[in-house]
Amino acid sequence: MSYFDPTNERTAREIIDRYPRPRSAVIPLLHLAQEQEGWVTPAAMIQIAEMTGTTAAEVLGTGSFYEMFKFHPVGTYLVNVCTNVSCQLLGGEELLNHVETTLGVKAGGTTDDGMFTVEDVECVAACTEAPCFTVNYRYFHRASTDDFDEVVADLRDGRSPIERGAAGDSGELPAHGTLGRIRQHMPDDRRAGVVPPEQVDGAPTWMASMAGASSDVGGEEG
Amino acid sequence: MAGAYTPHAAGFVDNGGPKVVSSRFAYEDSYTLERSLATGGYEGLRTALVRPPTDVHAEVRDATLLGRGGAGFPAGVKWGFCPEGVWPRYLVVNGDESEPGTYKDRLLMERDPHQLIEGCLIACYALGLSQCFLYVRGEMALAQERIASALNEAYDAGYVGRNVLGTDFSVDITLHWGAGAYIVGEETALIESLEGNRGMPRLKPPYFPAAIGLYSQPTIVNNVETLANVPWILANGAEAYRRMGSESSPGTRLFAVSGHVRRPGVYEVEQGVTTFRDLFYGDNFCQGIRDGHELKMFIPGGGSSPWFFEEHLDLPLEAKDVGAAGSMLGSGAIVVMDETTDAVKACHRIVRFFARESCGKCSPCREGTSWEEKILSRILDGYGRPSDIDLLLDVGDNISPGPYPVAAHPDEGLDAVPFPPRQTTICPLGPSSVAPITSTIRRFRHEFEAKIIRSDSIPVSAAAPGEAGS
Repeated sequence: MSYFDPTNERTAREIIDRYPRPRSAVIPLLHLAQEQEGWVTPAAMIQIAEMTGTTAAEVLGTGSFYEMFKFHPVGTYLVNVCTNVSCQLLGGEELLNHVETTLGVKAGGTTDDGMFTVEDVECVAACTEAPCFTVNYRYFHRASTDDFDEVVADLRDGRSPIERGAAGDSGELPAHGTLGRIRQHMPDDRRAGVVPPEQVDGAPTWMASMAGASSDVGGEEG
Repeated sequence: MAGAYTPHAAGFVDNGGPKVVSSRFAYEDSYTLERSLATGGYEGLRTALVRPPTDVHAEVRDATLLGRGGAGFPAGVKWGFCPEGVWPRYLVVNGDESEPGTYKDRLLMERDPHQLIEGCLIACYALGLSQCFLYVRGEMALAQERIASALNEAYDAGYVGRNVLGTDFSVDITLHWGAGAYIVGEETALIESLEGNRGMPRLKPPYFPAAIGLYSQPTIVNNVETLANVPWILANGAEAYRRMGSESSPGTRLFAVSGHVRRPGVYEVEQGVTTFRDLFYGDNFCQGIRDGHELKMFIPGGGSSPWFFEEHLDLPLEAKDVGAAGSMLGSGAIVVMDETTDAVKACHRIVRFFARESCGKCSPCREGTSWEEKILSRILDGYGRPSDIDLLLDVGDNISPGPYPVAAHPDEGLDAVPFPPRQTTICPLGPSSVAPITSTIRRFRHEFEAKIIRSDSIPVSAAAPGEAGS
């Protein structure tokens, strides 16, 4: 049974290949599944289990521990408003109140058009830039209620709100599920190689050859 | 303009002091390999690779680089805990920054990923580690992108992977994303998460994953900021590093100062010699409390730390002094609150955080933190009971028995209780929830009482209806 499209299935295999044990790829693959459909479907969990040598129940068991994984459809844009202490001191709760009123849903809810889901979240590490909210995990610092309204207007009109230069970020704002728009790639000819721990029987070979000191440190290989 | 230097780039403020980890922060292209190489990037790695691995370890140990994740344990000593002859060994980088008030690792990952990668490589070389896992908090999408792109550049240019810089040294760095759980910042929970499990801390002992860690192998877990210091130490030497800061806390540290100050920001500060007063009121730093207001209290080291007050302003930013005064520097997260702050409300918000983030493994924390949250909620909602203050302290005592670390209260003749707290739990999450409670009850009991015994309560007459007025 296949959930991942061919491109994502290839990506999934690349990801699994970077860990000494496939089970370590469960969380990265849950992210990939969420990227494909915006939430984690039962079919996705079944395939992740097959690919990582676990069971679908174990995949759900792991996934349900983490707040970012959604096991039901959510809005295209996930609006997270921080109300933890640094933001609270500078109006985080008032900002959340404004967001809830403007979008007509309480924290945890999704707008009828399926466009926005609102969450009241814990500290997102932007404390000196309070109050702060994120949309699909892209930051908006020192946010006023007007700033939020402009972001909503942008999204409704199909413009990218991060082009406003918020928080040093730029580019398009992807739909919910996509985090980093750039992925790590390990070219085969540049990899040191990943082996399961039980197949390792001693220190890395370079430990012996470099123990004596002064090696010839070259420049870039380009 | 690419390459422009903006001294006050979002979050970071250049205070003119020495820069160990923030030297590239203010460049617009700070995260590129080009900028890194143009400003001394990977020089520490080059220095390391011409020396034997044991020498490199010794250099870091001699620098007395204290861990920057919260506990402040010397990294060089931690590195020495790997048992002899047990292979493979792993490096896990803790980039799961989520302590309330903490904003530094995100900057380090977004602004200077190559510095972090270089630190990882040096650590792997020094200890003979087979692979490095860079665990970045799930919510930090930009940091993930910047690290992914930096790793791609570094692999292509021969800095990471097979035969680093043409030497025999080979190591892979795998970027890994979390998915939203504060507890994963605890190092054994981080390892559980990296193994594909629910992020719950492991039973101790062993106390250090250096003995038994990832896949039951020796594993070094270091915070992002800790590793970001390593390239500078190798490039400039332990001695130069120790010339900054104080003897017990050498070097610099990033402090995020948030809340009611004129210029909140992330500042790189010399440890041990700078005081809270310098930081809050100095012209190069926060420039004072916001206009027309005065300091009421401050949190010196993140949501988990007991609170400080006016009389602590002259304490240096130094772990031992702050610990003796009843708190901790923790993760370099300082939250400043002026007199407009409702102490009970701020306390409730931090306690709510711990109640939400408790992983549920240990009963005292799972039950206790949510009791604390519910009691504080009802006090705020006007349904508090006179016994609630004692009940809060009692619940706290079940999570952290005995006197809890707290600042002195000179007006009441109460002494400080030094850090750290005791715990009935595996990890410090539950005990941390007690910090805001004991801090606020000791200092602001009257604020609790005012909410419990409300002035608008309707007086109840004991007289029977017919007797009234007779």
